[in-house]
Amino acid sequence: MSVLSARDLRVWYGTSRGPVRAVDGISLEINAGETLGLVGESGCGKSTLGRSILGLLPRGAVIDGELLYDGQNLTELSQRDFRRLRGPEIGLIFQEPMTRLNPLMRISDHFKETLEAHESSLTDEEIRRRSLDALGGMGIPPTRFRQYPHEFSGGMRQRIMIALTLVLRPKLLIADEPTTALDVLVEAQILQILGDLKKNADTALLLITHNLGIVAESCERVAVMYAGQIVEEGAARTVFSQPAHPYTSELLRSIISLKTTELHYIPGAPPDLADPPNACRFHPRCPYAMQVCTAKDPIEVRAETGQRVLCWLHGPEEEIPPGGKAPLEREAIAVAEEA
Amino acid sequence: MQKKPELNGTLLEVKDLKVHFPLRGSFVERLVGREPGSVKAVDGVSFQLQRGEVLGLVGESGSGKTTLGRALLRLAEPTEGAIVYDGRDITRVEEREMRSLRRKMQIVFQDPHASLNPAMDLETAVGHPLSIHGVTKDKVDMRRRVSEMLERVGLAPADRFLTKYPGDLSGGQKQRAVLARAIMLNPDLLVADEPVSMLDMSVRAKILELMIGLKDEFDLTYLYITHDLATARFFCDRIAIMYLGRIVELGQTEEIFANPRHPYTASLLRAIPEPDPAKGIPRDLPRGEVPDAVTPPHGCNFHPRCPRAFEVCGWEARDVRDLLEERWAGMAEQEFTREQALIGDLDALDEVSEIARVPSTEGVRSRHVVELLERIRREQPETRLWKGARSIEEGGKEALIQFHEGLEPRHLVVDSVEVECHLYDDEARGRAEEHARKGRK
Amino acid sequence: MARPSLTRLFGPIREARGVPKWVVIAGIAITIAFVVFALFAPWIAPYDFDTYRTADGVRFPKQGHPSGDHLFGTNVQSTDVLSRVIYGARTALEVVILAVIFSLAVGLPLGLISGYFGGKLDRVLLLVMDSLFAFPYLLLAIVVAFLLSDRLGRGVMTAAVSISVVYVPQYYRVVRNHVISVREETYVEAARALGAKPRTVISRYILQNVIQNVPVIATLNAADAILTLAALGFLGYGIQPTDAAEWGYDLQRAISDAGAGIWWTGLFPGFAIVTLVTGLTLLGEGLNDVLNPVLRRRPIQAVILPERQSRLPAGEAGV
Repeated sequence: MSVLSARDLRVWYGTSRGPVRAVDGISLEINAGETLGLVGESGCGKSTLGRSILGLLPRGAVIDGELLYDGQNLTELSQRDFRRLRGPEIGLIFQEPMTRLNPLMRISDHFKETLEAHESSLTDEEIRRRSLDALGGMGIPPTRFRQYPHEFSGGMRQRIMIALTLVLRPKLLIADEPTTALDVLVEAQILQILGDLKKNADTALLLITHNLGIVAESCERVAVMYAGQIVEEGAARTVFSQPAHPYTSELLRSIISLKTTELHYIPGAPPDLADPPNACRFHPRCPYAMQVCTAKDPIEVRAETGQRVLCWLHGPEEEIPPGGKAPLEREAIAVAEEA
Repeated sequence: MQKKPELNGTLLEVKDLKVHFPLRGSFVERLVGREPGSVKAVDGVSFQLQRGEVLGLVGESGSGKTTLGRALLRLAEPTEGAIVYDGRDITRVEEREMRSLRRKMQIVFQDPHASLNPAMDLETAVGHPLSIHGVTKDKVDMRRRVSEMLERVGLAPADRFLTKYPGDLSGGQKQRAVLARAIMLNPDLLVADEPVSMLDMSVRAKILELMIGLKDEFDLTYLYITHDLATARFFCDRIAIMYLGRIVELGQTEEIFANPRHPYTASLLRAIPEPDPAKGIPRDLPRGEVPDAVTPPHGCNFHPRCPRAFEVCGWEARDVRDLLEERWAGMAEQEFTREQALIGDLDALDEVSEIARVPSTEGVRSRHVVELLERIRREQPETRLWKGARSIEEGGKEALIQFHEGLEPRHLVVDSVEVECHLYDDEARGRAEEHARKGRK
Repeated sequence: MARPSLTRLFGPIREARGVPKWVVIAGIAITIAFVVFALFAPWIAPYDFDTYRTADGVRFPKQGHPSGDHLFGTNVQSTDVLSRVIYGARTALEVVILAVIFSLAVGLPLGLISGYFGGKLDRVLLLVMDSLFAFPYLLLAIVVAFLLSDRLGRGVMTAAVSISVVYVPQYYRVVRNHVISVREETYVEAARALGAKPRTVISRYILQNVIQNVPVIATLNAADAILTLAALGFLGYGIQPTDAAEWGYDLQRAISDAGAGIWWTGLFPGFAIVTLVTGLTLLGEGLNDVLNPVLRRRPIQAVILPERQSRLPAGEAGV
């Protein structure tokens, strides 16, 4: 059962250079109790997608399409309705935990404030119990309930933030680069906690990150974004072992992991979303680009391995004009054209 | 570019280097003249850097790796120890002399955006080292050299980039410009402090490749500071693992990865998220975080988190607090309340002492606290702390846990790998066995 | 060097939209009007500021009503009020420009040095500047004016110096605090790592990034300085009436007129002060809105999403 489903969602930003197509026609479903990883390089629109679900788009952004949560189309929701939704229905975990905790408020007061705002019927005792439960789940000892944020280490603050989000028992949790500021060992702790979530609660998790390693270890499904579009989406195992889209396979090859024996990279840079390339947005950098890739928008198909993919290499054959499969002569790309 | 004469041997030697930052302390503390202590960012580090090699300095944040890198260039003042560069002790050299030495020692910082003056165009910025050191005053010559260098680092055609400001460039391009500026004077040593960690995954490889190319072309020696073991493995000849101001393990890269000696290195290696869905997140990683460098743990710095710590690793009162808090965090409320009711203020345990004085609450006899501790010991016998506990006794209003005497880890060489860990110290192990034997009796 | 700072100043003004832009424009317009009066006073004003009779020796009327010959009337000394108001702009701008230059010349380098090097020097300077700052500013200006009047006489220079003493601490403070934050930037450390001398670091890496604040505080201080100058003149510690026309002095002379229903001698100089101060304040506040990245709002074009093309069959490429 899907908690959230996006259909042909577009989010464009107004800028002085004209509209930037941060999210440009995305369809995606998140099921209850599932962890979906959303990966992509900076500027591919992944954070925008996360923010649009929470109604946190900046001034001048325009959204259309369908974004269904619990029967409501979020694209049509007012700010007031969003405020009611954020917290008890859709939770958010930020990147910088310290900036989100008020240094002058005890941890206990943070919980009290959060719970009172959304569940006014709770008694003080219930608030205390709920808070301590949530904190205990994150490994924060109850003895430190009344301390101030500065008395905790970075990893503990992030865990407090997660507890503060979970105490409202949201159905959907959006984590935008939740571990970027943390060390490897602490990162592993947080990922463990997030992993346990799906086992214990029915919370669905949308994990937005640029780190493919994190997605591989903690997500069942993964969606790869490039230039405002989802170019591939499917089971994490399949996407990582048999990537269908050239961008995914090139990205996987360019990651430096413990197994790396030689360096590889994708030539060129992600496009300017104010002026993206015609047709397939990856074609200027794609090693397998064909004539059709510059002429017609790719059509979403299902690859043989099961994932959804937006690439002409996988068809549909009947849409490719005659001669469309001829390889594309690419212009040389300067080394320093990069993000 | 002229080639430097082929030289082998030691370029840089660091001997027992310490960099401590004094804390300012609060107003009251200063008023009563109390010593506010200091952050021991680097606390006794020794290593050698051979000409032409790449040494990786790997550690988490708070390990002191950045401070160490800065101290080598005297951007942070060493407190103790010696830095010998090219046969010359530069630990106390005056700032004036240091300035000319900096032609030969350069540094690249983590954030390429912050490393460039936003109000300076690339030509001025990259050419600035030349004018600072009076290499050339001639504008045409300057432009020629800058253009050459920009093209060398991949910012080609140079004409397009000369007039650009940092704000116009992407992260990767900025880091290329920073590299160009750093090697403009043809230095010997380049300290690269996380040069790729702020860049996108797909750009990292490009910058690393550029750095490898520059190293060969300009005969550079790199000190590569990073938290990322994967790039370090690919890039470095030797690797030093830092934890809380000390190098805990140092050796050839293959050796470190194939056979990590120090438990910390081993945990780090297992914690790296790999893009391989078959590998899950390991469950038994060290808990907690890098402790405060003002009062580092007693004995071995890593012992509170170490999965293999034993009798002599330096158990102390603070570890008991961690143990209790950790236990309570996972407990049902009733049980927790019952246990907490027995024990007084945990702040009493915040001292560096081999005797943990666990206070009892007013009106509770210390016998009950001892019983509780004994029970915890029975319930969680695998907790490493109990290895260090010699006895649990009643003592007036508190329960006393006496720990075995902790030892400072010594610098050892095990099969060509330098390591600071009691596991490899026969003497420490012998002592521990003795303790264990006595304990059994 | 000049290019970036200038483009950095004017670029945002051109880009600005809405209220901040109009505030800046109004401020610029008013200020320019007064600058024109000041520069071309001899051509714009019908008479000299101290002329009290026509060329053929006929004395102007004393406290004469505004009329064809004297649009703003004449004052108790029979001089033409309009001419004095116009020449007053000249005095005001002379003094203010000199005062801004002096206080910048002292406050900026002190702030740079104090902020960059820190330590004992910083503490001593901070103490001195703070005590100057804590002093009632008018009293301070009067004391300095009094002390200087023996050596420099009571002219534009004395007024300018005594006013700058009041504003030096402000520049010093703003610059110093900003330097302290810029000093911690990585690019400053990078410059040190390149082997740059402190002088180079300050002039090439810090100054450029600190100087952006200066136009704003200089303009706001200029507005304030006009008032201080007028106050000095009003209290009789300002510029010698024979040296130049000065609004504050005129106002003081007009006090006794006001009771007798002679409104024009006071109204026009007062109006000039208020207008110029308003103009400069608008300019300063506007610049602040436009230049300060925190307050700045970038102009954006409204987005109109194009109609969705049906996905199947795939439409023509592009939009």
